[in-house]
Amino acid sequence: MGNYGFIVHYFLSNVLKDEIIDPPKITSKTLELGSKYSPDFVCTPFKYTLGTLIESLECGSDILIQMGGGCRYGYYHELQSQILKDLGYKFKLINLINGGNHIKLKKLIKDYNLHIRYYRLPKYYLIAKTMVKYLDSIESYVRKNRCYEKEKGSFNNLEEKMINEFKSCHSYFKLRKIYQKYLKKFKSLQLIKPKQEIKVGIIGELYTIMEPYANYNLEQKLNDKGISLIRFTNVSYLLYEKKRKVKKFLKNLKLKYRMGADALDNIYHTKYLCENDYDGIIHIKSSFCTPEILIMPIIEDIASKYEVPILFFSMDMNTSETGFETRLEAFCDMLEMRKK
Amino acid sequence: MKDCYLGIDIGSISTKAVILDEENKVLSSCYIETSGSPVDAVKKALKIVRVPNDYVLKGIGTTGSARKLIGLMVGANVVKNEITAHAIGTLTYYPDARTILEIGGQDSKIILINNGVITDYAMNTLCAAGTGAFLSSQAKRIGVDINDFGKMALNSNNPVKIAARCTVFAESDLVHKSQLGYKKEDIIAGLCRSVVLNYLNNLCKGKRLEKPIIFQGGVSKNQGVRKYFNEILKADVIVDDNSHLMGAIGVAVLAHRQATNKIYNLDIENIKFETKGYECNGCSNNCEVVRIYKDNHLIDSFGNKCQN
Repeated sequence: MGNYGFIVHYFLSNVLKDEIIDPPKITSKTLELGSKYSPDFVCTPFKYTLGTLIESLECGSDILIQMGGGCRYGYYHELQSQILKDLGYKFKLINLINGGNHIKLKKLIKDYNLHIRYYRLPKYYLIAKTMVKYLDSIESYVRKNRCYEKEKGSFNNLEEKMINEFKSCHSYFKLRKIYQKYLKKFKSLQLIKPKQEIKVGIIGELYTIMEPYANYNLEQKLNDKGISLIRFTNVSYLLYEKKRKVKKFLKNLKLKYRMGADALDNIYHTKYLCENDYDGIIHIKSSFCTPEILIMPIIEDIASKYEVPILFFSMDMNTSETGFETRLEAFCDMLEMRKK
Repeated sequence: MKDCYLGIDIGSISTKAVILDEENKVLSSCYIETSGSPVDAVKKALKIVRVPNDYVLKGIGTTGSARKLIGLMVGANVVKNEITAHAIGTLTYYPDARTILEIGGQDSKIILINNGVITDYAMNTLCAAGTGAFLSSQAKRIGVDINDFGKMALNSNNPVKIAARCTVFAESDLVHKSQLGYKKEDIIAGLCRSVVLNYLNNLCKGKRLEKPIIFQGGVSKNQGVRKYFNEILKADVIVDDNSHLMGAIGVAVLAHRQATNKIYNLDIENIKFETKGYECNGCSNNCEVVRIYKDNHLIDSFGNKCQN
């Protein structure tokens, strides 16, 4: 998902002696494979992950690791492992968020004779955790400023270089140095700011929002049109901040219940974007994502109160990219016209 | 010599071209069928619309689903999506318009405007049950010419109810109703009514339709649909004489606004345009890359998902 794959690989390859197989990058073949064996009305992340699992199994892996939870996603690994077993694959699927408790993990390690270098665990856990944090902070800077870049592609090239340096770094302090070095480099990239900056917030379901393949590279496309972006959902938000913030959201919105997954967060963020003079909001979700469907009327209502335009996208393998682009283009034109 | 501007709207069903003068008056226009071949349709259209003798062409704009291809072909200075084009076109003639209903061949849109600025829009995402293609296929089915379709609907006093949530179900409902022996007029009126209801249910949910309401697109020429819009919205829906050309007019206006001093000519008749698609096997994305050749020279290619 997004650029995070390399961090998981980095962590596992340094902690385990066993061979780690990276899943191939998500392509249309992944989705085709996934949809073929999925129930039709399940949400798209199920199809993407199932496709990825099949592709990884074909590459020869026998232990699959999945992270997912929050909504019905939490049960997906059960269903997916059943589907894969029916297809005749032999493997072990671990879900790290639901049901990945210590005893099970220990048994698994024993069963498969995994070679864990326990002494390395704390160090690499810390490094990987920090890496996620740094990557997210750089990416949100990129999202905000890439649209003003003077030399096309300069942000993307620099980010790629940074990731390569991250991969070969083996110390916490060195990592921090690399991060600071690149942060400086990013800040010194030349920008041309237009008179009128257009700022748009992206909210929605976490998988679709974070995987560029699933949202047709929405962020890059908007940046290319000269629109500065903000996105709240990223891995460090989900893992470390969400728990703490949810209480604040409930209090702020005077709500009693959460609605599952990121529904509550998105309502709060809609309000935040409206109150902080953002020019527009784009809400993306995968088709059949229940929590997000539930909140659509609510956020539409909030946005119309503040007169902030909001655009909804529902992503599926049946979504036509042409239609998507037409709507997006019209949305950008509209924001520009409103600004004038 | 006076300046003029060309706008071409290449839709799924029809191709529209207009030439506007400096004051946005239509000098020449045409409306022909695309028949699945936008390149040929545009060539044909450009034979019909002519730049008048004492005018020079200072800008070209393209819109509609084939805007990219035709934009390349004629060397347009503006290539815009149809939503913006329709809004701009309408605002040129009706500066105080608040709501634009547009029903075209394959899609339908609603555009809300406040103080001359688009504030909201929607485009059908699900089904073609509320569009022109549906009406024309059903007209063929009952054996009525699409041009008489609207007039026949006006003769009915008792429109049948047709479940038009989805084209396929609408069609089976229609067959059922005609097997029961309903009059043709009543069925046609029912179809027109179902298009309106479907449009309102699908696109206008939760939107306030302020007056004046302007109705355009090919289907706006259908009196039956017009009548039911008036009836259901309880408003006088305005239909311009050029309502079917509004997209082309809009993009011509945009071409005017962004015009440079370049002078264009329309001699593309004898130039051969060819589109070749090939499947790139660089990765498992297998992108369908489209390459456009002008007289066997590659002028552009698109469709790739990666940077290469």
